[in-house]
This record gives sequence, C-alpha cells and structure tokens, in this order.
Amino acid sequence: MPNKAKVRLWQVGILLVFLGLWEWGARTGRLDKLYFAQPSEIAARIVKWFSEGDIYRHLWVTSVEMLLAFVIGTLLGVAMGLWLALSPPVAAVLDPYIKALNSIPRVLLAPIFTIWFGLGMLKMIALGITLVFFVAFFNTYQGVREVNPVVLANARMLGADGGRLLRHVYLPSAASWIFSSLRTSIGFAVIGAVIGEYLGSAAGLGYIIQQAEGVFDTTGVFAGIVVLMVFVLALDYLVSRVEAQLLRWRPQEAEARS
Amino acid sequence: MVETSVRAKAAVEVRGLTVRFGSYTAVEGVDLEVGEGEFLALVGPTGCGKSTLLNVVAGLLPPSAGEVYALGEPVGGPNRKAGYLFQQDALLPWKTALDNIAMGLVFRGVPLREARNQARPWLERVGLARFGDRYPHQLSGGMKKRVGLAQVLITNPRLLLMDEPFSALDVQTRHLMENLLLELWQEDRKSVIFITHDLEEAIALADRVVVLSAGPASRPIGSFAIPLRRPRDVAEVRLTEEFLGIHQEIWSLLRGEVQKSYAQQG
Ligand SMILES: Nc1ncnc2c1ncn2[C@@H]1O[C@H](COP(=O)(O)OP(=O)(O)OP(=O)(O)O)[C@@H](O)[C@H]1O
Ligand SMILES: [Mg+2]
Repeated sequence: MPNKAKVRLWQVGILLVFLGLWEWGARTGRLDKLYFAQPSEIAARIVKWFSEGDIYRHLWVTSVEMLLAFVIGTLLGVAMGLWLALSPPVAAVLDPYIKALNSIPRVLLAPIFTIWFGLGMLKMIALGITLVFFVAFFNTYQGVREVNPVVLANARMLGADGGRLLRHVYLPSAASWIFSSLRTSIGFAVIGAVIGEYLGSAAGLGYIIQQAEGVFDTTGVFAGIVVLMVFVLALDYLVSRVEAQLLRWRPQEAEARS
Repeated sequence: MVETSVRAKAAVEVRGLTVRFGSYTAVEGVDLEVGEGEFLALVGPTGCGKSTLLNVVAGLLPPSAGEVYALGEPVGGPNRKAGYLFQQDALLPWKTALDNIAMGLVFRGVPLREARNQARPWLERVGLARFGDRYPHQLSGGMKKRVGLAQVLITNPRLLLMDEPFSALDVQTRHLMENLLLELWQEDRKSVIFITHDLEEAIALADRVVVLSAGPASRPIGSFAIPLRRPRDVAEVRLTEEFLGIHQEIWSLLRGEVQKSYAQQG
C-alpha cells in the first residue's frame, strides 16, 4: 500500500507545477493569453463572480437541470432495466429499438428539443435524461442478469417471490452496477445540461460559457469550466460516500475504503 | 425393520422419473420413496445425477417424464415446504449472518424485527452467537454452512434436501457439522434426503443408503437399511465392527459404479 500522505503530496505537487508552468507561460508571453488565459486571472474571475453574486442564479439553474435529469433518468433507467431483465421476451422485442435510440448523438437532439420545449430548463433536463437513462438502464439490466443463480434458487426455496425477490435479491445484487452507473451518470447529466445551455438558453453555466466565448473572453470560459468541475467532483464524492455505506457487505470495497 | 415402520406415509414419492438435458439422459426410470421422518442418504459416482434428482424433488427442475410427490402433493415449482441446503454458497452476500437466517421468515411475510428475534436463538443453536453481524465473506466455510443450516431450519420444513452440504469442509469441521445436524434432526425427525459421494458420511448419518448407478441414465441400484443405534457420534460410530460390515457390503456395489464412471470419463 502506498503511503496516503505521499500520494496526496504528489497529487498537489503535480497540480502546482501544472498551474505554475501555465501562469509562467502566460506571464512571459510564451502562451497567448487570448487563447489560454492565465490561472491567476481565472481565479480572480471566479472570486469576482461569487462576490458579485450573479453566478448563483446560473449555478442554481444548472444544478436543478442536472439534478432533475440525473434523478429522473436514473429512476427511469433502473425501472426499465429491471423490467427488461426480468422479462426476457420484452427485452428481445425492444432490443433493436433501444440500441437504435442509444446510437443517436445527443447533441443532435438539442435543436429538436428547443423546438419542443423552448429555451427553458425543460430542454436541458430532457437532454440530460436521454444520456443518463441509458447508462442506468444498461447497468441495471446487466446487474440483474448477473445475479448468482444459486443465491437466487436459495431465496426462491426459502419462499421469496415477486417484490421480496426484487428487494432482497435482484436490487442488492445489481446495486454495485447501479452505483457505478450513478457516478458516470452525474457526468452525463452535467453534459446534457451544459451542452443544452451552450446551444441555446437564457441561463446556466453553459450559457455563461457561451456568452464569454461570444466576446472571445477565454478567461470566462475557463472560469466556467473550473466551477463546473468542482461542482461535479463534489457530487461524485457524495455518491461515493453513499455507495460505501450501502455496499459495505462487499469484501474488497469494505476493506479498501476503511 | 426401520423401513417398514416409516414407510406408512411417504414424504417423497418419485415414480418413473426421467430427466434429459438435450440428448443426454441424466437419470431414467427412477423410483424412490422417502418415509416420513426417514433420513435417507443418496450416494453415487460423480456426475451420475444426484443433484439433478434433488433439484426435481425441490421443484427447481421440471422432469422430462415421471411423477414426483413431496409431502403428499405433486411437485411443480419451488417447493416451499421443503428446505434445500445447496452444494455451493447460497447465502445472500449483502445480509449479515443474523439477517440471512431471518430471511427464511421475512420471505414468508414475517416482519424483519420479529424475524430477527426468532433468528437469534438459531444463531446460538448453530454456535454463532457472537457472529450475528458478520457478512458471509467474513465467515469461514464451516460458519457459512452453519448459517445456511439455520436459514433453512428456521422455516421448519417437513422435508430437508441437502446436496453434499459438507463436502468442502475439513474433516474435523465436517464431523462437528454432521453431529450438529444429527442433534438438530433428532429433535423433530424431519424427512431428509442427504446427498454425498462419501459413503462413510452416508452410513454414519442415515437410516437408509440408496446407491445410484453411474450415468448416463442413472437409477437406484441398491437400498441398504442402516440399523446403527441412535444417537450416534459420527466419528465414533465409524470405528464399530457393525459399521465396517455395512460399509463393505455397500462399497462392493458402489465400487463397480465408480469404476464405470471413471472409465467413461477417462
Ligand atoms: N443444465 C444441464 N445441462 C446439461 N447437462 C447437465 C445439466 N445439469 C447436469 N447435467 C449433466 O447431468 C449429469 C448429472 O449431473 P448432476 O449435477 O446431477 O451430477 P451429480 O451426481 O450431482 O454430480 P456431483 O457428485 O459431481 O455433484 C452430468 O453428466 C451433467 O453433465
Ligand atoms: Mg452435485
């Protein structure tokens, strides 16, 4: 096992060197600030955003969009995954449709959703759902299909059926798959929201970035990206905490995290 | 003899049972009866169809032909009146030992709190009082088998189906488990089908030993009553003159089947 403190030291070190080089390059003119901005200015911009307060409105809009997309997409995906995994005939019929729908590049849906839903939040949420749904769906489906047949037979012999089988056998068994999908889904929900905003909206981080880009304000674009990054990392951390709590029965997971 | 007295009412009745997997016939024309309260051991060479037979009796596998009755009813679908102890690990890995035992009741509609209360004494009976909050991966192989046994017995099945439950354990643990099983069985004499490929284990535990022929198309070819006194200690009983005699008699039949089975696989 590598020493935890040492790992941290290296991680921080790499970040500092990277930012340092960037800052130095921008200051000495080796990197064109018009294209690459400058870390200290990006930081200053973020501070300015938060002190002026306008950013909160945009953060709020993007958060609501992505959280709704995340929650609705996951619920739909898990429900659909359970249904198809437990009814193979339905899965056989729907299989080509699911594959076809999932093959559509989502960016191309943005114009259609604009026509359907306008420029409000609904469009971003819908776009996020089309991304999140499939991740949750495929993982749940796979997780349920991989239930240990002996454990399943044992539960059946002990008298489990219907809802109890779902709750005590299928869902816990699929849980590790579903959780790994959650962490991917968060990223996708953000992509859905931000791409949607970027391609036409009235508020949100994607909107800020698009506005900044419109006047060639590279610093603004980078500042927007950094805020997004922190936001996603925070959410990912939350999910990993919940996951560790719920999956503490797992051999390696339990030991590795403690 | 033991046989005639317990045959009065059969716990399991198998008539003309055949099971095919595609073109392969695993068992064919099997007739088997297990008396109420009888402890029957089923021995046979590996791959002859013991698990197949047990799965049919449990209702986990539909027969290709023949009739199967368990506790007076035709078998169709998982038989909840039967308890099944699997050859492989079958505990729910995401439940603690206590909850695993409680599940037998929860699956039948008992609220979790109540089920846990009833599971606690079972934890004690199988000698795991201090291990209730451990997950299966934190238990040894023998401990897992104990939890499995309690999980099945808490539902109080009239019929107990056991598929080589102790074959993966070391000899000492195995003797402990066998004695524990006999002790628990002695309390209310459930009907038992116990599969093993270890003839000594079969004789030490059972009232009757049935020998299956080598596959394909395996069927019972011998039934031996075991008149050894109860209660038995599985380790001590093996040393008695009587035991050795019975062993020799059954082995002379079983040996041929085992050799046939090896010859086919080689
Ligand atoms: N699902 C299946 N599909 C095809 N063949 C099968 C299937 N299940 C079992 N068999 C075959 O049926 C035969 C009997 O299998 P079974 O598992 O009942 O043997 P067994 O007596 O329990 O063996 P062991 O002592 O090794 O556990 C074997 O030849 C096996 O290959
Ligand atoms: Mg077997």
